[in-house]
Amino acid sequence: MIGRLTAIAYNTYREAVRDRVLYNLILFATLIVASSLLVGQISLEINRIVLINLGLTAISLFGIVIAIFIGIGLVSKEIEKRTLYTVLAARPVRRWEFITGKFLGLVMTLTVNALLMSVGFFAAVMYVSHGLGRGDLSLVTAIYFILLEYVLITALALLFSTFSTPIFSSIFAFAIFAVGTFAEDLRGFAQMATGATRWMMTGAAYLVPNFAALNVISQVAHNTAVEPKLILLNTLYVMAYTAAVLTASVWIFERRNLK
Amino acid sequence: MTRDLRIQTSYALLLAALLATSAMLVRQVDRVRGDEPLQEVLYIPSPTVVKRMSLGYSGLLADIYWTRVVQYFGSKHKAKATQYLLLEPLLNVTTTLDPKLLPAYQFGSVFLSQKPPEGAGSPQAAARLVEKGIQENPQAWRLYYDLGYIYWLELRDPAKAADAFERGSKITGAQPWMKVMAAALAAHAGETETAIYMWKNILNSTEDASLKANAINRLRCLRVDSDVKALQDRVDQFTSQNGRLPSGWPELISTGWLRRVPADPKNIPYQLIGGRVQVAQPDLFPFITRGLPPGRDAGDMPGEKGFKVVKKPTP
Repeated sequence: MIGRLTAIAYNTYREAVRDRVLYNLILFATLIVASSLLVGQISLEINRIVLINLGLTAISLFGIVIAIFIGIGLVSKEIEKRTLYTVLAARPVRRWEFITGKFLGLVMTLTVNALLMSVGFFAAVMYVSHGLGRGDLSLVTAIYFILLEYVLITALALLFSTFSTPIFSSIFAFAIFAVGTFAEDLRGFAQMATGATRWMMTGAAYLVPNFAALNVISQVAHNTAVEPKLILLNTLYVMAYTAAVLTASVWIFERRNLK
Repeated sequence: MTRDLRIQTSYALLLAALLATSAMLVRQVDRVRGDEPLQEVLYIPSPTVVKRMSLGYSGLLADIYWTRVVQYFGSKHKAKATQYLLLEPLLNVTTTLDPKLLPAYQFGSVFLSQKPPEGAGSPQAAARLVEKGIQENPQAWRLYYDLGYIYWLELRDPAKAADAFERGSKITGAQPWMKVMAAALAAHAGETETAIYMWKNILNSTEDASLKANAINRLRCLRVDSDVKALQDRVDQFTSQNGRLPSGWPELISTGWLRRVPADPKNIPYQLIGGRVQVAQPDLFPFITRGLPPGRDAGDMPGEKGFKVVKKPTP
């Protein structure tokens, strides 16, 4: 089983890194990190803050765009190219192994991308701050949270990919990302409602992915450390939510008639 | 040169020529249109809406807005504008997007408070901005310092200025002179008892020799102010009861108004000239506001000259 998962994940990774769009996006993100050095010059007293905000936002947003654009095609492309039948019929691969393998492959791709972009980002931080200090550890935490965002959005893109066309999958994925950034507000609205509306809104608020808690960019830009408890809870939350989304994906995929 | 290379070179040259032509045309278009008036419009005036639209990336948006504030202020300042209509709303959006962006409060308050054309001439707005900053960053002592200066220099309210310095001086890491400023301003506001209390606190809490000496000097001056007021009250009461001025200290002692000849903290007797209590050597007490010889007011004192800071010093 592990061998089959690894093989699918590795192939997904290899296929993704061949995509030229991916390299364009990484190059663009790296350029944005570099340009933040210039933006700092035309503003006042915020060189380092603007570098961290712009750099981490670029890493986060471009990773999410990559996750969505590659994630939405993971299943539908295989169906379109009819390669899925070969994999599932000719080889002893179960459907859940296929979905999980694809997910792991894309997460691996995104992690490598994030690491590459982070190298550029830390080089810029070192240039501006003349070195790295102990306080810069919070930047690593912010990048870790960005990786958790990738994990969530990849699972969601994959879920939509199992039952929808690539265009609609991308719309759904972007929409749920946007709604997820309002997760905390939604819970606030739910508390203001009464009766059945309150229950429904609370349910909806907990159903959407909580992207708000994963964004600590502003916090680390001001050298404020991230609580270790938040790191632990966010990790557990992303693991649980991703497992739920993958379960839903496998469930839908198992029921699909691929013939 | 191969055919392929010739073709590639031709394309490159054509592209460069066309781009250069378009750049020249843009310059001509700019000349024809002249300077477009600067638009005093904030497309999304609500800071909350802007924050919601940022999808969680509010830090970056705050940086962009702060850069816009700097550019807006710079362009208006350069044009010697008398109105800075967008300055306060832009700063409000910036600080709502990133409430921890301290430069926006510190520099923004300077932009707002200075008189036109140096700034927007709105010290009340500057004080509101810094109060907002203090609410969001209660541990940033420099904001209390900024607020103190706005109240002191722009709003001419030494009592509120003293309060701001006093609040800031209690923050961990605040510079010791924040306490000094608070005490000095309290004295300036005429609140002598508060000033005596604060200077005593400074004297007891600091290890710095110069601060201690300054505190002792200030306390002596405050005691002189207090003595002169009390003595002048008694002289005035004597005058109203007897219908004439006292001839000197001996008369006040013999009639029971005083027990002995009053002396200042340097043990030099106070003077009673024409019913007016005076300090014999006022130069020994540079910060006194009472008991000065006629024709000499507090502003002439060397200490008071040192007290009048025109420009806000860098902390």
